[in-house]
Parts: sequence; C-alpha cells; structure tokens
Amino acid sequence: MISVQAQDFDIGYEHESLRVRAGDPGAIVTFSGLVREIYDSSESASDVVSGLFLEHYPGMTERCLEDIVEQACQRWPLLATRVIHRVGELGPKEQIVFVGTASAHRHAAFESAMFIMDYLKSHAPFWKKQKSEDGSQWIASRASDAAAIKKWDLGS
Amino acid sequence: MKLNIHYFASVREQMAVEGQQLELTGSTSVAELITLLTRTELKFSAMIEATPSILVAVNQTVVGRSYTLADDDEVAFFPPMTGG
Repeated sequence: MISVQAQDFDIGYEHESLRVRAGDPGAIVTFSGLVREIYDSSESASDVVSGLFLEHYPGMTERCLEDIVEQACQRWPLLATRVIHRVGELGPKEQIVFVGTASAHRHAAFESAMFIMDYLKSHAPFWKKQKSEDGSQWIASRASDAAAIKKWDLGS
Repeated sequence: MKLNIHYFASVREQMAVEGQQLELTGSTSVAELITLLTRTELKFSAMIEATPSILVAVNQTVVGRSYTLADDDEVAFFPPMTGG
C-alpha cells in the first residue's frame, strides 16, 4: 500500500494498521525520515534549514513505489507493507517518509524496509529543494545513496 | 511524430516552463532529441551543460540515450532523484 501525499502521517496509526493487515506477524519494522534542521552540505559550513520543498513526477512516482514494493515482496516473505512519501512544503523536523514492513521473522522485516528505502532514494522521482538564510537550492544526489543501492544487485 | 515533453526540479526552473509539445519527422532516439534541442533552444543548451547527469524517462520509465522515440511519447527530463 503506497501513498504520495501533502499531509502528515501518524506512525502509531500506521503501525497498528500494518499489524491488523498482516494477520499474524512476528515482526514489524517501521522507518521514518525527517527534515533535518542542520544540513551538512559538503561545500560549505552547515546550513540552518528553514524549510524543504519536495517536488515529484505524478504518475511515475506511484509506479516506481509500486514496483519497489513488488520487488520487496518477491525477495522476502512479507505479510504487509506500507510506504508514505510527502510532497510540497515541509518545515524543519517534519516527517517526510514512512516505510513499514511486516513479516513472520525480524530479518525479512528489517532487510526489506532498508531495501525499500535505499531503492526509493535513488529511483523514485522525488527532488528536494532546501531553503535557508542564503536562499534556496536543489539538493544534489549523494554518491553514498547510489552506492547503497548496489548492495541489492539492482544496478544503478 | 508528436512528443509531450516535461521538465522537473532544477531542469524545470532552468527551462522556465513545465513542458512543451514537439512535432518531429522521422525516427528519433533520445540522444538525437537532445542534440536537436541543444542546437535549437538556447535554454535547453544551457540546462544540459549545467546538468551533466540528467536523466530521461519515456512514458514514465527511465531509458538510455539509444532508446527510439514513438509518436505521442511522454518524454521527461530531470536531475538525479533525491527523495527519502
């Protein structure tokens, strides 16, 4: 189950929903990504972030997220999954992304949640623009994100 | 052949439009489309220079430069993704 939405999400609600949908899970792993207040860019001193704008490619975004969840379900015996990604204007410390996986055993839940996040970061069409005192700028992709995907044998 | 072109993020800002429609004659690859737009549109040329790692999606799937375009294709240009 995936959602691309402007509104915030409730982790407690999403966890409970996964628990119910999974039937009889032995493990639920949830990940949430947040807007950091201090962004350590490599080029200059740390910026104090006043906000973030998240753009996406409507249609392709949903297809990409469905595809990654499908791939996760083929690799691990998952009982339920949930992916939420917010778009639009976000403030410091706000929640951006949620990934939840439920399985009979913990390894499948941990690994699939990490797989979904790694894939999402470099394959789903989202772009972050960061606002600070110095103005606003698009965040550049990181080599470490591209490297993270390699360990899952997905190609670049 | 008609193409529906879309731009996103920094690419959209540099092009100063969300997209455009293009009429072409004959078979064209992604690489040939980029060459054509670079030659005919100043903004596109500057944008390509500023975005060496630009990605191209056709009908919402990322493709390589040798991909052959078809009539009514949706072609999107954007920088590497930075979600999550």
